[in-house]
Amino acid sequence: MWPMTPATQRSISDEIARIHAAAEPGETRTRLDFAPYRSSTLRHPTKQPLAVDPEDVELAAPVFGQSDVDPTEADLTLHPQGEPIGERMVVTGRVLDAEGRPVRGQLVEIWQANAAGRYVHKGDQHPAPLDPHFHGAGRCLTDDEGRYRFTTIKPGPYPWRNHDNAWRPAHIHFSLFGREFTQRLVTQMYFPGDPLFPLDPIFQSITDERARRRLIATYDHDVTTHEWATGYSWDIVLTGSHATPMEEDDHA
Amino acid sequence: MREPELDAPTPGQTVGPFFHYALPYDDGPRLAPPGAAGTIRLHGTVYDGAGAPVPDALLEIRQADAAGRIPRTEGSLRRDGRFTGWGRAATDSAGRYAFTTVEPAPARHGAAAYFAVTVFARGLLDRMFTRIYVPGPALDGDPLLTALPQERRGTLVAMRDSDGGLRHDIRLQGDGETVFLTFAGHDG
Repeated sequence: MWPMTPATQRSISDEIARIHAAAEPGETRTRLDFAPYRSSTLRHPTKQPLAVDPEDVELAAPVFGQSDVDPTEADLTLHPQGEPIGERMVVTGRVLDAEGRPVRGQLVEIWQANAAGRYVHKGDQHPAPLDPHFHGAGRCLTDDEGRYRFTTIKPGPYPWRNHDNAWRPAHIHFSLFGREFTQRLVTQMYFPGDPLFPLDPIFQSITDERARRRLIATYDHDVTTHEWATGYSWDIVLTGSHATPMEEDDHA
Repeated sequence: MREPELDAPTPGQTVGPFFHYALPYDDGPRLAPPGAAGTIRLHGTVYDGAGAPVPDALLEIRQADAAGRIPRTEGSLRRDGRFTGWGRAATDSAGRYAFTTVEPAPARHGAAAYFAVTVFARGLLDRMFTRIYVPGPALDGDPLLTALPQERRGTLVAMRDSDGGLRHDIRLQGDGETVFLTFAGHDG
């Protein structure tokens, strides 16, 4: 899938700028067809999706509970042999539906690189050290306010092979469920002020600047704890939900 | 009644290449114990626009049980014998996925039975939704299928294996591109 010569950052940035200049403001969804992200070329559907009213199983998200998730899975710094290297941090926020209602008791999964920008994955060839005390995957259930909370290590940026000298901004992958199957979301949370934002074709596949900002966490000193960990806040809003009598309970 | 104020949704991002140590798990593709009475294999291959298999895709399915009931039971991550109607499978190096499950019955009388499906992959910038229908006469009256041109309907209908299993390929792009779905309220 490689072009003869990998593109330069300059030519990728030019491609991004051209697409953004032609885009309508207010486009909230991620583009599927976004050529600066080379792997999307053969993997984006070309036909308009069929608009349907969800029914039956599509209205019912999978249910997860205490028997699925151990509370220790929310702390990625726990390791029987020792502590991971890096900046200890807490990331917390709420999972909400489009009406602002909390998504309660639902599964949140995360995965990320270590402080050096290396994933525990056989496909990651970045010559940065693995951390024997950091795996980089976690899970939790949201509480009654829709809140999740993870303790982890701040991930490092890392190089990838999209183009010459390509680097991903530091991020944490998030996997989310709503009350309906249709609300499924997998996304990435970024850190404020990252100088790699303008260069990254995955982040820039969202053409609207305000929409991109929704993926950036806020440094939150109220989450930061004395002599222990820095804190970041990030709320997640899932796509629509279809009011059903069952959901009316949430208003009570 | 006042229209509720809608918050803007958080955009999706690709699942990327490194999800394998985080999302797939042993029981993910085993909604029902292999070999148990009434279990079938739902399997197929995910292809890209050049017809090459996609070895780094992830599928999730949501389904009714063999009586058409939609389980609202926890335990998908640690099943412990529970049928939850939800599963997750990564594709292998040849782009193949496989679930062991029960065949869903229609959730409503006379309707067609299907698996609701979410597709993720490296290179796919946001998740896609689709359905995998169980083949049978009920398909002729299905409103979603009948809204499609004849030549695209087949991209949503599984084929019956000789052992009773179901085979279904997903094509992200190009000839035979799978029909993907968008749901009301999911604009953008």
